[in-house]
Amino acid sequence: MRSLFMLLGLMALVTVAPAATRADDLTLTIKDHRFAPEEVKVPANQRVVITVINDDTTPEEFDSKALKVEKVIPGKSKGVVRIGPLKPGRYPFIGEFHEATAKGVVVAE
Amino acid sequence: MLGALIIVFREVIEAGLIIGIVMAATRGVAGRGRMVTLGVSAGVIGASIVAVFAGAISQAFEGAGQELFNASVLGVAVVMLMWHNAWMARHGREIAEEMRSIGTAVSEGAKPLTALAIVVGLAVLREGSEVVLFLYGIMASGTSGSALLAGGVLGIAAGAAFTALTYFGLLAIPSRYIFSVTSWLIALLAAGMAAQSVQFLNNGGFFVVLDRTIWDTSWVLSEGSLFGRLLHTLIGYTERPTELQLTVYIGTLIAMGLLMRLARYRPQERVAV
Repeated sequence: MRSLFMLLGLMALVTVAPAATRADDLTLTIKDHRFAPEEVKVPANQRVVITVINDDTTPEEFDSKALKVEKVIPGKSKGVVRIGPLKPGRYPFIGEFHEATAKGVVVAE
Repeated sequence: MLGALIIVFREVIEAGLIIGIVMAATRGVAGRGRMVTLGVSAGVIGASIVAVFAGAISQAFEGAGQELFNASVLGVAVVMLMWHNAWMARHGREIAEEMRSIGTAVSEGAKPLTALAIVVGLAVLREGSEVVLFLYGIMASGTSGSALLAGGVLGIAAGAAFTALTYFGLLAIPSRYIFSVTSWLIALLAAGMAAQSVQFLNNGGFFVVLDRTIWDTSWVLSEGSLFGRLLHTLIGYTERPTELQLTVYIGTLIAMGLLMRLARYRPQERVAV
């Protein structure tokens, strides 16, 4: 019974309306296991939405502990990554499945 | 090959830690081996299904399907862990006593076993789907695939060995203390999962409150390092927690403590938890 209530609570949380503000249309493209561009400038202290397009046929995981994001983006598809608000600074991210080449950094200013 | 081994190992140990703790927490309960096996098998099958539908999940809910999925999986696991700890608070002492007196497994264990089998299944599901996607990517790309695949398989084997290490490490704890130790471990595990769950909701664009970062300890311990990852799974270590994450973390610990106190309290008759 208790678990049922907690599940209902969780579902109630989930239905709270999305409140992300779309500042600009920021786009990142993964091609040949590399990000383009490798450096993304975003405004500090506000939420930012980045669309990550995976042009490769293989899946990739957009991963950044600094940005607190883990997101799998299947091959030939795209994913929405919501980040921030960030203090000014540099926030590295990687494509976890191809860490050697897929690297980038978000610069908040 | 080493790269593939490390990536797969990293994912597997997160589920492995959880399985090791769950196995230790159910020491002496009859039928737990079957339940854990069931949990792992269901998790692996589920992970493959999730991997196949990764695209569809990703696109669901205006691109926030994956975040909702992860948040829900973690949320359900937290509830199951709470249930287990409450049950253990009530019956743990009897089990420990029986183990000491007759040295055999006791039968009264169906309830927490179901809860923990679900936790194991969900842990394998979440980490496993990433492993499946990664291995699929290797096979799909074709080039030098077999060496990478061998790395991946070795990674799974290494992760399984790590699980065994966790389990036997915990078994070294005297049976008098083992349930209080595992109860603490499970409480911290649940708090960490709850904090992670709300971050997924936040990433999905839901429940966007208290999202400022409180501190940054990445210079002390990077969450991406092996030790950082272990602590992340074990106690929910986060190098840059948000206000909401910290609130939920502490809230979960308090809720768990209250629930266990409540479960321990027994008037004359027994009430099922």
